[in-house]
Amino acid sequence: MSTSATTMDRAAPRRFDGGGPRAFLHRLGHGDEVAHVLTLTFAAGILLLTSGLVYELWVNSHLSRAKFGWLFFWTRTWDPIFDNFGAAPFIYGTLVTSIVSLVIAVPLGLAAAIFLSELAPRRMSDTISFLIDLLAAVPSVIYGLLGIFIVVPLMRTTVGPILIGSLGHVPVLGKFFKGPNYGVGFLTAGVVLAIMVVPFIISVSREVLLTVPREQREAALALGATRWEATWKVVVPWARTGILGSVFLALARALGETMAVTMVIGNDPKIAASLFAPGYTIAAVIANEFTEATGDLYLSALIELGLVLFLMTFILNGLARLLIVATERGGGHPS
Amino acid sequence: MTEDNFNTMRKMLVVPFLLFALAATAGAQSGSPLLLNAAGATFPYPIYSKWFDVYHTAHPNVQINYQSIGSGGGIRQLLAGTVDFGASDGPMTDDQLAQSKVKILHFPTVLGADVPSYNISGVTGELNFTQKALSGIYLGTITKWNDPEIAKANPGVNLPGEDIVVVHRSDGSGTTYIWTDFLSKASDDWKNKVGKGTSVNWPVGLGGKGNEGVSGLVKQTPNSIGYIELIYAVQNNIPYGKVQNADGKFVKADLAGVTAAAGSLKDMPEDFRVSITNAPGAKSYPISSFTWLLIPAQISDAAKRDAIKDFLKWMLADGQKFNEGLSYAQLPKTVIGKESKAISLIQ
Repeated sequence: MSTSATTMDRAAPRRFDGGGPRAFLHRLGHGDEVAHVLTLTFAAGILLLTSGLVYELWVNSHLSRAKFGWLFFWTRTWDPIFDNFGAAPFIYGTLVTSIVSLVIAVPLGLAAAIFLSELAPRRMSDTISFLIDLLAAVPSVIYGLLGIFIVVPLMRTTVGPILIGSLGHVPVLGKFFKGPNYGVGFLTAGVVLAIMVVPFIISVSREVLLTVPREQREAALALGATRWEATWKVVVPWARTGILGSVFLALARALGETMAVTMVIGNDPKIAASLFAPGYTIAAVIANEFTEATGDLYLSALIELGLVLFLMTFILNGLARLLIVATERGGGHPS
Repeated sequence: MTEDNFNTMRKMLVVPFLLFALAATAGAQSGSPLLLNAAGATFPYPIYSKWFDVYHTAHPNVQINYQSIGSGGGIRQLLAGTVDFGASDGPMTDDQLAQSKVKILHFPTVLGADVPSYNISGVTGELNFTQKALSGIYLGTITKWNDPEIAKANPGVNLPGEDIVVVHRSDGSGTTYIWTDFLSKASDDWKNKVGKGTSVNWPVGLGGKGNEGVSGLVKQTPNSIGYIELIYAVQNNIPYGKVQNADGKFVKADLAGVTAAAGSLKDMPEDFRVSITNAPGAKSYPISSFTWLLIPAQISDAAKRDAIKDFLKWMLADGQKFNEGLSYAQLPKTVIGKESKAISLIQ
């Protein structure tokens, strides 16, 4: 959305700089005007698509919004039989799984990207990057199967008992690592999501790190920095806007993921502190219940969930932009 | 919004178009057959697609396109008038019928049943489940496998004192409708607190997507129990337990037991909107249900009307022979007779 806005802001003044029909024909002859109109149309199309989507969600969620109002955000019940709907467990599940996935994927992805761009031989780096880009194209149901057959049993028999046995006794932190451990739940969903989003982080971050000018590294080394210091204190800060961008791309994918999540999260709309408890996410419940939703209010509530997910994505993206602006102001960024 | 929603939406949009395009091409070759559009339940989809295919081969001038988009979608499309007829795993409610501009008739087509499958460490034999045990387990009031309610029906079985892990369907489904309909009859607590429907507010348990999701969770999770469709259990050789019926007998689900349950109904209502869970009779399996075609009582297009009526007649006679091959139970003779008379209500 904001991309299209920028395009228009930049493009708008151009329209009036020439003036006159002759100038217009001249530009038309050179294809400038055509390109301008075409790109503007496509950019406006994105805006139209987004607002159309929000409009549809808004209109079709009317029944549910009228009945539950703001309570929809706080209610913990989801009862299609007695027509009582609340989004709280789904919002919680969506946030928790996304956060867990980022906590795992960001350090992993960033480390891999640094290795590929700074340390690995170029040919090796290109080969691995090619494979990573392939990973990003794997359908989510495949990741879901991977989750069911590998992550879930591993979580139930090995990882879960170890975490519960060790971290479970630590005060405060222990709350997040309590049994019973079914193998499916927030943590498993977060792990599968992390596996899914890590290729995005690696791929984008590596590209961004590679664009950091050679002189920056050389200057740091000339000043007596070790190779790691040059990388961590000069190259990474230079590229941090792009790296943050990759993280938010990953977050967006994690927030909206449906299939892989529903296969491993346990699909139980409850709010529990323990990461081993089963949960539910917004995208998963919509996909699961939409086809058989017979009641009008029921359908409306599901559509309102869609609206809530859109709102969450919107807010998180807004926060992301604020964060980027803040880090740019923080100094150190080249411009 | 998400890949899968997008895929579902795309399927909903693209598949009918493709089918339409295919049908149109086929029509150009064989002198434009009459095209009937239908949508609804996914549970009977295998038998419906077989029927529509065989019927089309025998009657090349009629082509029925069925989209298995779910019962809810089928009812909505029927009410919106975008399909010629619908299909549903649960009967339409009075509210829904009131929304329709024309009267809608229910025609039972085949029978389905749910079975309890379980995975208990150290237990290999077939377990007996009383109605109280199943409702207690799903309500969360029975939490251990060695609970007296389970143990008394299974003398000699060494049940462990472990927590029961309850598994249910996470996607809206006719299978859930049958299961919760049964639990509503087995327990007043269930009826008042949870109720019956294609999705409910489960008091306890994990959700698995589809029969494969539930049976996968049960297979992987020690000391778990989950309900799956009889067809799915039979085709995949998944063992399941016996359930106590209304006469107090423990019955193992099979196609004959399901047909027996449907045949035991003394007073089949005129509109066929009836639940056959917990039906009387020593042989009746208690967790089974009809699935219905939803057909408007007034069809203005004479050609379509005749085609639908003819298909219904064929379905009740020849069509039923395909049922058992696909593990669906046949309709009992009494129901077939009654339905044959009801066809004349379509005008």
